[in-house]
Amino acid sequence: MGGMNYTAVESTKMATAEIFGKTLVELGEKDPRVVALTADLAKSTKIGDFMKRFPERFFNVGIAEQNLFGVAAGMAKAGLIPFASTFSVFASMRATDQLHTDICYQNVNVKIIGTHGGTSFGQAGSTHHAIEDIAMVRSLVNLKVIVPADGYETANAIRAAYETDGPVYIRINRGFDQTVYTGEDYGFQLGKGVLMTEGDDVTIIANGSCVFQAIQAARALEHDYGVHARVINLHTIKPIDRDIILQAVEETRRIITVEDHTVLGGLGTAVGEVILDSGHACAFKKLGLNDHFSAIGFHEDLMSINGIDTEHIIEASLDMIKRAHVVEIDADGRATRALKFDDRNFEAEIDWTDEV
Amino acid sequence: MALSKAEWIELEHKASELRQLTLDTCNWAGSAHMGGSLSSADFLTLLYHKYLNFDPKNYTDPKRDRCIVSKGHIGVILAALFAQLGLVDKEDLKTFNLTGSKLGMHLDSNKVKGLEASTGSLGHGSSLALGDALAARVLNNPHKTWVLLGDGECDEGSVWEAAMATAHYKATDLITVVDRNRAMIDGPTEDVLALEPFADKWRAFGFEVIEVDGHHMQKLSDAMEKAMAAKEKPVCIILDTIKGEGISFMAGDYKWHYGAMDSEKYAKATQDLKDYEAKRIARAEQEG
Repeated sequence: MGGMNYTAVESTKMATAEIFGKTLVELGEKDPRVVALTADLAKSTKIGDFMKRFPERFFNVGIAEQNLFGVAAGMAKAGLIPFASTFSVFASMRATDQLHTDICYQNVNVKIIGTHGGTSFGQAGSTHHAIEDIAMVRSLVNLKVIVPADGYETANAIRAAYETDGPVYIRINRGFDQTVYTGEDYGFQLGKGVLMTEGDDVTIIANGSCVFQAIQAARALEHDYGVHARVINLHTIKPIDRDIILQAVEETRRIITVEDHTVLGGLGTAVGEVILDSGHACAFKKLGLNDHFSAIGFHEDLMSINGIDTEHIIEASLDMIKRAHVVEIDADGRATRALKFDDRNFEAEIDWTDEV
Repeated sequence: MALSKAEWIELEHKASELRQLTLDTCNWAGSAHMGGSLSSADFLTLLYHKYLNFDPKNYTDPKRDRCIVSKGHIGVILAALFAQLGLVDKEDLKTFNLTGSKLGMHLDSNKVKGLEASTGSLGHGSSLALGDALAARVLNNPHKTWVLLGDGECDEGSVWEAAMATAHYKATDLITVVDRNRAMIDGPTEDVLALEPFADKWRAFGFEVIEVDGHHMQKLSDAMEKAMAAKEKPVCIILDTIKGEGISFMAGDYKWHYGAMDSEKYAKATQDLKDYEAKRIARAEQEG
């Protein structure tokens, strides 16, 4: 992964969208067919970096998302590689017909960058949260769907999208995400999940901003409760990595999915479909927005309110392995944490080998 | 440049052949979008048989002119036209609309070679055409891009999104053509959702507007040449047409947006087209 134009130190200070902007410039330097388009969100989506470097290859169509996707499709048919960027909530719903007919049906080489994904634009209000975008775009034929976990992964996703022929939807956040990687060289492959922590008690499958939360939860589960949680960053929802999911089913038998999205139609549904199709059984729990719109607020607060932060992942994991975390007050009035086991021993009583 | 009498008459024959082949295809299929096909017949004839720099034998040539037929529901005449051009096997026209056919009601660029786009969801073609026109600049590959819209299609907001951007980017190599046949599925355009003052709307969006009789080969030819020469503003040609033109029981009747054919109607329509051709040739003889 060459051509990185920001440092590891800078990456923690840079919005994910900024890294997208810089990576796109890098691709623009390399390939004159790369063009960028936006619908009056050049600055907000950081695609403006490309505008400054390549003004003749940058097109702002104004606040007109249908035209944004139609023009991008027309350009792709003529041999260009357009990256069209707007907020995820608009990219997935404001021009879905153009996305369906002009881009996906005709299988053209358009890359869509939906920024401000999930509840990352929390303060903008519930209308601007993209909590259904993955469900919308995941059903479209020919479209590949990626939800990177941090800036490094965003850079990898942008490059992978460029190298892949056909339409790709990349959902990134408003920015200021926690980083989960220390660099870009961790073997990113489109369509292949990344094992973030080893473990065989429970598997937490996450993407986007939830990956960091899942890793934090796994650390706490290990340290505080001796629970070994496997964390998988399933950055590509389509095509989905069946192997990594089914291996987790077989080896851990408990799957929890975490997504900054409604639980209807997103990551959890996609993982569930793979498991259901396999005929293998496991304990299964989806964390996400349970068919409700989100409150307004800071992203990290909303992740807590919506049950997709570290604490909720820990709780769900403990619940799934039938252990509860209780606080006991000792004789000196000090609070101590303890594990209370469920009446039945989940693993001892059930012969998983027969079921998996 | 004025058409010579011989060329005019030759184009009239091409247009007549196209109308008949369209009717035949409708008859084989049992029904089709005849009204909007016949209103576009003369424009499509002039474009594909005279002005479009498009070699059917080399239909992927990057230097070719493009035509995006945004009013994609006229697949029946496009299928007939592409058969005329040798891009569709004439025998395949007999499968139009049938299970497993390459030729559906809305013609499909994934299945028909030489067709630039799969359209039919209305209001998409102008953006696709603008994308092509802007790509021509980036790739330094000058060519003309034509887009044919229906007038009812202009109810779609996306048409005007694209129109604004076309004017903003001064895409003068993109020529917009609207088939103003004044009818849509549910009735006359002015009853369903009034478009007038239609030409003024295009002017207000930054276009030079050319209004022309869409069934007069010479006048239409003049309008297209004028549009191709424009350098200051993008051009919108508004074709004054009649839905179902050439067939007496279809002409001007919005109900023939889409209609069913039977042997009696087919025989009558075939005779009507012969009479219509004679009238058109007589005009070419007289005015050419």
